[in-house]
Amino acid sequence: MPVVMDADRVGRSLMRIAHEILERNRGAENLALVGIRARGVPLAERLAANLKVAGGPDVPTGSLDITLYRDDLMRHQVGPQPILRRTEIPFSIDDCTILLVDDVLYTGRTIRAALDALIDFGRPKSIQLVVLVDRGHRELPIRADYVGRNVPTSRQQSVQVRLMEIDGRDGVEVDEAEEAS
Amino acid sequence: MTAATRLQSRHLLSIADLEPAEIDLILDTAVAMKEIGTRTIKKVPALRGRTVVNLFFEASTRTRLSFELAEKRLSADTMGITAAGSSVTKGETLADTARTLEAMSPDIIVIRHAASGAPHLLSTICRAGIVNAGDGMHEHPTQALLDALTMRERKGRLAGLKVAIVGDLLHSRVLRSNALLLTKMGAEVRACGPPTLIPLGLTALGVHVTTSLDEAVKDVDVVMMLRVQRERMHGMFLPSVREYFTLFGLTPARLERAASDVIVMHPGPMNRGVEIDSAVADGPWSVILDQVANGVAVRMAVLYLLAGEELS
Repeated sequence: MPVVMDADRVGRSLMRIAHEILERNRGAENLALVGIRARGVPLAERLAANLKVAGGPDVPTGSLDITLYRDDLMRHQVGPQPILRRTEIPFSIDDCTILLVDDVLYTGRTIRAALDALIDFGRPKSIQLVVLVDRGHRELPIRADYVGRNVPTSRQQSVQVRLMEIDGRDGVEVDEAEEAS
Repeated sequence: MTAATRLQSRHLLSIADLEPAEIDLILDTAVAMKEIGTRTIKKVPALRGRTVVNLFFEASTRTRLSFELAEKRLSADTMGITAAGSSVTKGETLADTARTLEAMSPDIIVIRHAASGAPHLLSTICRAGIVNAGDGMHEHPTQALLDALTMRERKGRLAGLKVAIVGDLLHSRVLRSNALLLTKMGAEVRACGPPTLIPLGLTALGVHVTTSLDEAVKDVDVVMMLRVQRERMHGMFLPSVREYFTLFGLTPARLERAASDVIVMHPGPMNRGVEIDSAVADGPWSVILDQVANGVAVRMAVLYLLAGEELS
């Protein structure tokens, strides 16, 4: 299973992205991080810590479960519903710049669902997208503002992001198996 | 116990049909659903374009409203039929009502009926998923699930809890669903009521039966009061309301025998001064309003999970 990002590279990418966020937003006034479950949540938490290290202020961090907003939710004829997890956004997103964080950007459908979900929470000033890996194959007009690494893939491959908080180790692997994203 | 990722049936007819892992799945999903009720926009698009029919053949306010709210928060299209003012009063049978509804192809039918087994009958006729919202003296599964969610929230667990269920045991579908659920999840259940209102075979549910309220509430973590269903009594089960309150009414003095952090539950509607003293209903022990809020979340969870199990 080819490793496209090792633990070091994941760590350095997240630090670079934190600096880019501060540069682009001229400090970090009214910033908030929202991680998409599951692996966007620890990534958002790490970015919050990195923003502090990079000289920024405390940035509120939340988590978003997009299950109920999926466009394929009721389209499959038979089969279990995806497991629902908790959404926790313990702050007002009105007039904030929201940094939406996910592990892999692929078709863009997850992000579309996340945008719909976020808008139900309020009216942010703007939303910027942070992803650790952009693997291409977009099906919607969506792009990331901050990317850890662009990884060219075929649709048959699957990209597995491993994070310490969930998987016990950091790294990104590309697998030849069927798509699982 | 491995975690369930789906329900095995596309109907929710009784707690008896559910595995402990399925109960956990419903409760965990309900916890996530509860957050939606705290938002400014209390609506998600999960059941958009799905049709849910609420078929209430028996008087109900909170269960009907709770289901309606759950359906609306999930963006389902809902229709309500109550016995009064429908074709039922014109003599139509339940089976014919079901077939008529079936022709309108609803996705889920929520039914309350005075006859035990009515939801089961519907499930044999309709292609829609059936949710039992209370059938006669049989079961009221979503009530037991919302009670379990409330207990789990307050006590952090179900296994090992001591729960006293007090009141009209004979007519209570709430008792049956709760006893089944709680014993499945490893809680200890005591049922207490007047001898005329204790059904035969209650101990077969794995509950301890007593006619002494003091014995029932001793050291319990939860006291669940059942409503005295005067509409089902016809004057033959109880000598008087005052005697009932003296022997089985829950007062602050009675509660002193329970655990110090005991919680008091009631499925509603309450008869103050009959089964429960106002000082208890409005006191620090009461989680009765939590039950109402949890009812919406549990019903959202059930509708969401069942909607994934439909026939092609």
